[in-house]
Amino acid sequence: MDGFVPTMARLEDLKLTHRLFVEAYPFRTSDWAPGARLEKPLSQSKLALISSAGLHLPDQPPFDLEIRGGDVSFRELPGTLDVRDLRISQRSSDFDQTGAREDSNLVFPLDRFRELAERGGIAELNHRHFSFMGSITAPGKLLSDSAPRVAEMLCEDRVEAVFLAPA
Amino acid sequence: MCHQSVGLIAGVLEKAGIPTVSLSLLLRVTKKVRPPRSLSVPFPFGYPLGKPNDAKLQHQIIRAALNLLESPEELPILRDFEPA
Repeated sequence: MDGFVPTMARLEDLKLTHRLFVEAYPFRTSDWAPGARLEKPLSQSKLALISSAGLHLPDQPPFDLEIRGGDVSFRELPGTLDVRDLRISQRSSDFDQTGAREDSNLVFPLDRFRELAERGGIAELNHRHFSFMGSITAPGKLLSDSAPRVAEMLCEDRVEAVFLAPA
Repeated sequence: MCHQSVGLIAGVLEKAGIPTVSLSLLLRVTKKVRPPRSLSVPFPFGYPLGKPNDAKLQHQIIRAALNLLESPEELPILRDFEPA
């Protein structure tokens, strides 16, 4: 690990006000039952990536950091993009952007998935991926509108599995 | 809040028939949100894939996550990533 000492994120790493908020916040449970299953091995499957790091391309509008409850919109990220072009707009001050600014694969590992596809570990990557800004405290519209729209597009694309990373 | 957002998006995708796997940096929140498949990684906020420009480590994390997608285990699956 080249002297890199991984340190697990802990609730205590959050600023006190955020920690108190997280401790008191009524987190919603993900509603997925009974759950979907891969229909084919990954080596024959098409994958897409979703990041909640607030990524966008320079020609796309940044996420709105001022919306009360959080910006539930998403950005469509073309599969041909160069990860060095990605920008971050993120409200969460708990998200240390230093590493992601050095290498966007840290939060959106597109290059790694390209390498995996070249090696045959997955059949292919979708022609588009999606980015959200994860610091959403009022997720009603995320659940009723933006996430279902992304799901619909991924179904249209016949994507067979999705890898998601928080920030 | 990223973990809630990721877990809720994963749920919507699963309901639409697409299996998902997510990474988690904050086990305590992930246990509340209960996404279908989650790999808990021992890294700080902002570092879900471990370390910038470390392709080997990033691939290890991705492989461990994708293994959950292929697992026939009953859902939800919550697994710890153990760096090699």
